[in-house]
Amino acid sequence: MAGDTKRRTGQLSAELRGFREVQRLAYACAETVAAQLRPGVTEREAARMQRDWLRERGVRDWFHLPFAWFGDRTAFANFKIPLQFFPTNRKLEPGMPFILDMAPVHQGYAADIGYSGSLGLNPVQDRLMSDLRHHRALILEQARERRSLREIYENVERLMTRQGYANRHRAYPFGVIAHKIDRVKERRWSPTAFGFGTQSLKGLAGDVLHGHREGWSPLWSPYRFSDHPPQPGLWAVEPHLGFRGTGAKFEEILVVTDSRDPEESAFWLDEELPHVRRWAEEKTA
Amino acid sequence: MSGTAFAGARERRVSTGGVELCVVELGEADRPTVVLVHGYPDSKEVWSEVAERLAARFHVVLYDVRGHGRSTAPVPLRGGFTLEKLTDDFLAVADAVSPDRPVHLVGHDWGSVQGWEFATTARTEGRIASFTSMSGPSLDHFGHWIKKRMARPTPRRAAQLLNQGAKSWYVYMLHTPVLPELAWRGPLGKRWPKILQRIEKVPSGSYPTASLPSDAAHGAWLYRDNVRSRMRRPRADAYAHVPVQLITPTGDAFLSERLYDDLELWAPDLLRRTLPAKHWVPRTRPDQLAAWITDFVTSREEPATRAPEQRAPGRYADRFGGQLVLVTGAASGIGRATAFAFAEAGARVVCVDRDAEGAARTADMARLVGAAEAWGECVDVSDEQAMEKLAAKVAAEYGIVDVLVNNAGIGLSGPFLETTSEDWKKVLDVNLWGVIHGCRIFGKQMAERGQGGHIVNTASAAAYLPSRTLPAYSTSKAAVLMLSECLRAELASQSIGVSAICPGIVNTNITATSRFAGVDEAEEKRRQARSSRLYGLRNFPPEKVADAIVLAVVRNQAVVPVTPESKGALWMSRFAPGTLRRLARLEPRL
Repeated sequence: MAGDTKRRTGQLSAELRGFREVQRLAYACAETVAAQLRPGVTEREAARMQRDWLRERGVRDWFHLPFAWFGDRTAFANFKIPLQFFPTNRKLEPGMPFILDMAPVHQGYAADIGYSGSLGLNPVQDRLMSDLRHHRALILEQARERRSLREIYENVERLMTRQGYANRHRAYPFGVIAHKIDRVKERRWSPTAFGFGTQSLKGLAGDVLHGHREGWSPLWSPYRFSDHPPQPGLWAVEPHLGFRGTGAKFEEILVVTDSRDPEESAFWLDEELPHVRRWAEEKTA
Repeated sequence: MSGTAFAGARERRVSTGGVELCVVELGEADRPTVVLVHGYPDSKEVWSEVAERLAARFHVVLYDVRGHGRSTAPVPLRGGFTLEKLTDDFLAVADAVSPDRPVHLVGHDWGSVQGWEFATTARTEGRIASFTSMSGPSLDHFGHWIKKRMARPTPRRAAQLLNQGAKSWYVYMLHTPVLPELAWRGPLGKRWPKILQRIEKVPSGSYPTASLPSDAAHGAWLYRDNVRSRMRRPRADAYAHVPVQLITPTGDAFLSERLYDDLELWAPDLLRRTLPAKHWVPRTRPDQLAAWITDFVTSREEPATRAPEQRAPGRYADRFGGQLVLVTGAASGIGRATAFAFAEAGARVVCVDRDAEGAARTADMARLVGAAEAWGECVDVSDEQAMEKLAAKVAAEYGIVDVLVNNAGIGLSGPFLETTSEDWKKVLDVNLWGVIHGCRIFGKQMAERGQGGHIVNTASAAAYLPSRTLPAYSTSKAAVLMLSECLRAELASQSIGVSAICPGIVNTNITATSRFAGVDEAEEKRRQARSSRLYGLRNFPPEKVADAIVLAVVRNQAVVPVTPESKGALWMSRFAPGTLRRLARLEPRL
């Protein structure tokens, strides 16, 4: 049995490397674009910059097209309909928080990342970002304990409330804190619908169907259909905090396996991400 | 006379333009100089309370305007009170008391009218460091304000004109010859102190002084010499060359708040403050004025330490900047959101809760969103001694509370016959006695200070919504509602407002900590989880309740239902109580 798991993780890791590469690519894109943001840049322009940067590096398909949210849109203030997620003509101003969110597909591997920052100093968002550390730890710990996704969701929400924040991932479609992410077939033509790549949507829809038969869901939500332990696979986890018109999130891939070894059963795909580095620096400082 | 009003004052006389001005100085002369200019019909003694509070930090200078108090009057009176001559007086005083450094100017009423002239004419440039204006617009701005509304009188503008026109009745009276002088030297002068006390709520004491009749008679020439000419030909270049702090009393009987609508055009560096008070704020709100003047002057003296509340982003920063707000139950839910809402408005916030860690966290975050200062205090509101101790500590270290929010509360559900007396005691101790202790102890401090304030009590929609599932909770909240109404009646005469907030179903952790009487522990856990989930589905955020609380204080509302169901229930309790009684018999499945 032990040998079986090892072999399986060995198999996975070749594949995992592919996912890690694209996740790093996406974060590199976010850091580059964030460094280029100036006062007056609009959300549309920021989204376009991400798109162009990734296209130049060979991205042809998307799980979803890049998003950019500025100011109180980082906390999804007054969001009523999903169309409001799309980039607007809001201009960036000094001190404003922003979030870049993109999900490129590269060589058949998909990633979905979120990057929070601000133009100049923003102490509130700074605090949100450093408090997100506890959520990353909590999610991993409870995924390893094989708690039900719904329960983990509620515990994350409880931690947010205790910290004084609002749960803003609730505003996402189905209120998800995470969703499954998978390999995507490369096609010559890869259209998008409502900002989502049709290939990826197809994969997700397939998962929904399978999951429905087997009693699990690729959407990690507060609802009954998420009342099951984490399903092995890759989960793009995106806890999103909101605090009075300022929002912050990270998004990265959590790998869940069916290994019995807790360390192996769930782990973050990459520990070399901007927000993780940032917390490490905070710790040493 | 002046000797009695200002202890330890240095007096000197400054002669200028044929008159001698009586100038009084307090505080150390090497500190930043603050010049206080009085209005009509007043003398420098109107500032005595404020000056006393400022003297510890600043070099405070007061003078009697020509013709007032112990300054001499020009001869002849006609033409002796023009703004040009008053500017000469001010410059002479400023040169005498602070020859090397510009002074910080503060004006009330006509002192402020003069102040605007000083702050906008070219020849005072470099002599004024900042200007704090209260209840006195620039005559030039006023002239333009009228002209603009006359030129294109839309219904709204016409209404504004008529409103201010009615408030200015006394200006027309003062333009009649001789009669005002006769009135002031006769019956009006004698009755004025009583009138101030009764109508303007000015506390009795050494003010007004015995020189009032002659001050008022001479001062009539302030109006006659300036008003008509400036209204007819307002200066087109009356731009302030100094930072301006505008303090607007909302209950001013003589000046409309609308007068200052376009002031940003005239004063580019403008800080607005609003005060729920009547016209004579230097007498009725000296603490608040002294605090705001201190903040403003300090921030202009040391730009690096610009007070954070001046950067507070909230909508009501003008109203709550620097005020002391105490919130109980501030570690979670509505209390925490309320603390943040006041923090955003630049208030200083005391966050009280049984949960020390949560209260500290709230204080921590409150500082981040704009609170000038914030503290977390661990106190159980049902513990009278602890509340007494808290009140003493707050008064000693932070000051007298301006806004008190009695918000702490716990939930208790279950049939009456299965609710034990222990359960009853617990819920009444927190929900009712907590509010009583808060109102009694902090309300007393507020009343003793005599400078207004506001108390907010968090009641509930359950206060008027009978239900078989919440007998104890509803009883406690109904008591809070009635207590608030009675207290509002009692404290109205002391300008202390009382509001009761009835939130309704709000997504907070009260459901997760509620006691469910008459069931075992497992069932209680299940019901807590179930009700939390239902409240979560309703998902009405506590932030909206916090906004309603802030607004209730601004508007001094009596009873504020917040969620639609709470509003609907209040409406039904008035117009269809029978329906509510029938609904009360239903038992919701949890």
